[in-house]
Amino acid sequence: MYDITVIGAGITGTFIARELSKYDLSILLLDKENDVSNGTTKANSAIVHAGYDAVEGTLKAKFNVRGNDMFDEICRDLDVPFKRIGSLVTAFNDEEMETIRGLYQRGLNNGVPDMRILEKEEVLEMEANLKESIQGALYAKTGGIVGPWELAIALAENAVENGVKLELNSAVTAIEKGAVGYEVTAGNQIYQTKLVINCAGVYGDRIDQMVNEKSFEIMPNRGEYNLFDKSVGDMVNTVVFGCPSSAGKGTVILPTVHGNLLLGPSADPIDNREDTRTTFAGLTSINDHAKNTLREIGFHNVITSFSGIRAKVATQDFIIEKPKGKEDFINVAGIDSPGLTAAPAIAEYVVEMVKESGDALGLTFNEKEDFNPKRTPSIHFMELSPKEQKQLIEKDPSFGRIICRCEYITEGEIVDVIKRKAGATTLDGVKRRARPGSGRCQGGFCAPRVMEILARELDVDMKDVLKDGKGSYILTEQTK
Amino acid sequence: MLKYEIVVIGGGPAGLAAAIEAKKSGAKEILVLERDMELGGILQQCIHNGFGLHVFKEELTGPEYAERFIRELKDMGIEYKLDTMVLEVSDKKQITAMNRDEGILNIQAKAVVLAMGCRERTRGAIRIPGTRPAGVMTAGTAQRFVNMEGYMTGKRVVILGSGDIGLIMARRLTLEGAEVLGVAELMPFSGGLNRNIVQCLEDFDIPLYLQHTVVDVEGKDRVEAVTIAKVDERYKPIKGTEKRFDCDTLLLSVGLIPENELSKSAGITLDNITAGPRVNEAMETSAEGIFACGNVVHVHDLVDWVTEESRKAGRNAARYVSGQLINTENKISVQGINGIRYVVPQEIRPENLIGKTEFMMRVDAVYQNVKLVAKSGDEVLRIVKRRHVAPGEMENMVLDLGNMDPKTMKNLTIELVQEEGA
Repeated sequence: MYDITVIGAGITGTFIARELSKYDLSILLLDKENDVSNGTTKANSAIVHAGYDAVEGTLKAKFNVRGNDMFDEICRDLDVPFKRIGSLVTAFNDEEMETIRGLYQRGLNNGVPDMRILEKEEVLEMEANLKESIQGALYAKTGGIVGPWELAIALAENAVENGVKLELNSAVTAIEKGAVGYEVTAGNQIYQTKLVINCAGVYGDRIDQMVNEKSFEIMPNRGEYNLFDKSVGDMVNTVVFGCPSSAGKGTVILPTVHGNLLLGPSADPIDNREDTRTTFAGLTSINDHAKNTLREIGFHNVITSFSGIRAKVATQDFIIEKPKGKEDFINVAGIDSPGLTAAPAIAEYVVEMVKESGDALGLTFNEKEDFNPKRTPSIHFMELSPKEQKQLIEKDPSFGRIICRCEYITEGEIVDVIKRKAGATTLDGVKRRARPGSGRCQGGFCAPRVMEILARELDVDMKDVLKDGKGSYILTEQTK
Repeated sequence: MLKYEIVVIGGGPAGLAAAIEAKKSGAKEILVLERDMELGGILQQCIHNGFGLHVFKEELTGPEYAERFIRELKDMGIEYKLDTMVLEVSDKKQITAMNRDEGILNIQAKAVVLAMGCRERTRGAIRIPGTRPAGVMTAGTAQRFVNMEGYMTGKRVVILGSGDIGLIMARRLTLEGAEVLGVAELMPFSGGLNRNIVQCLEDFDIPLYLQHTVVDVEGKDRVEAVTIAKVDERYKPIKGTEKRFDCDTLLLSVGLIPENELSKSAGITLDNITAGPRVNEAMETSAEGIFACGNVVHVHDLVDWVTEESRKAGRNAARYVSGQLINTENKISVQGINGIRYVVPQEIRPENLIGKTEFMMRVDAVYQNVKLVAKSGDEVLRIVKRRHVAPGEMENMVLDLGNMDPKTMKNLTIELVQEEGA
């Protein structure tokens, strides 16, 4: 029997599992997909928000500011790309100036440090590619960018290194009350557990309703993005938000931690929680925003478009609570923006909630002596000094072989991410960890070679190497 | 630091021809750097025939065409390194490269020939809406899987774009037992060679939907359906013209882009239209002593023309190394106008011209009964009649500039003129 079962290995679930792995507990982390971070975590704006958006007094406000503050340490420990580049909310007219002053005040109320209202000249000095018609902007020094799936993958890897049991391909289909705790049916297994933490993202309400009375509903909302080539990655230096209005929180233009330019998201309510398509209308809306904000933007530099699904709820605040009368079930639901930023603070809070249930469930919380907060650093060959590169190739020649020509990723790096705990088993899994295929050719050249490496390292046939999800086969049969 | 007279980056048809010709022209220390496991480049996966009609006056497959050059290169003792990636080229002709066996290589060349070829335009660049499942790939990647790795990429296939690789793959997949349901082309004409339309589509009853594009891709994990629709003259899909195909594969053959990341790192000036380096009569780029040829300069449709252009680059790289190339300030620009999208070379130095000079160009649309008119200033140099020209077929024009007085030569233009009464 497990002490705790976390359902969902996205950013929230992996943060909580990793936080719990500091204690001498048996922990199970389940995900329905064949890789961690394969839902909302893999398709979002990748922003660490400063914290002036959330309405005062909400959980969002509370955890955003606290979470933001925790990113430096956690990303250092886990060797995850994170840059505190600052953020701007732009104002192009008097009404928008009024709005950003309001945001500034809200930021002060929420405890956001280092904010300033910038005059036109200051904004243009910071962001020379913004339209001349800019009037001013709200600058927040603590805004940043992070690799969201890299973070979740690193958390999962570190959690597993610290004793968490990770089970993929394990969609939870039933949760029954057992003699003690619950019996969770996932994949073809039944897991007994004293406590369930529901971090199921867009399926959070479904998991909740397997054992609890309906108290909330997820209203999936799709956001579409355009990702641009690195050649235009320096178009902006900070996270540049459009001014929020009644129509929405505003579209964002930002550099990614890898030096691309990201534009998005749109916001569209949808019925199907798997509907991650992109649409003419959605992409046009974000492109129009870019045209209205930047002096010039070349859409021929778009290398890919994608969309992600937000797990919205009616209250528009995070739901982090035990259902009425229960000590052994915790819902962590409705984690839409700023969920990524808030995740470390949510994890901290959820662990406190678990501790409060400790007596009732017979759990004790002894901190492990051998907890290792650090992950074995991943290798980024091109970022090493010539001397280090030389040494590495001498030790392992596969680092001398470039597989991805656009991003200069070596065979050694690809093998490394396959062999790690919670390692890659699919083409996109390798891409999310080591980046081959995320460049301008989008895997046209390297996909066959990465597939060969996956087949070799996992000892499977090329034909059985998947692109991403379970049915995403690439090859059908051998030729005649 | 390793030292060579000429370093050729890329061991495909362009690099092979350039290296061989440089050697024949007197250069001694030549090194070819190739990132793949073998020489020959993309020709190795082009197992269909139709190569060599101009250069060898016979019809060869891609690998056969490549083999002739590989053999010659080896026989001449030209040095090459495989599985070797060039990381950087500087305008001082210093090259950083890397491979498994030797690690990081620093090379100083007297002249460099850029022959990196091109890559395929991907889905992201053309905004295809819908999901992003497995089963959407470029035609060239599918060609590699089928012809090099020996695996099929799907059973029911829709192809977007009528570029040559897409057309070739329509036939190839059909022969391997797949069903190719149709080829959609955004333009009112195909971007591929006419012979490929006939031999790869018409002969197999594969429909070509001109002025159509993909408006939806369905399927979460693997492609389940693709919807195409007719477009108006502004390329916008027309409601009500949708056709939905149940299929598991969408191949893209929507254009090729010269691979110029290294050229950019060397600070070389690129042409906005070709997306390749601007070159002069010697195939020399804006960086002195750095030459370029083949698809890295502009995308060709026949490898034969790549070979000829690359021989010119190799020959001139050798002339440069031996100090025979004259670098004068007298530079004449060459421009395509009135229906000619671009002309290569973009510039000539008349003092270097010996005998006849060949210009390559593409037209911007399909025309019937036209004249290609070359002028120096207002003076007409040559008129060539064409019954049919199309963007998918490269045009060439030979001008006898060697006999002209360099002092009186004015900027050159080549334009299309509709024949009167036609």
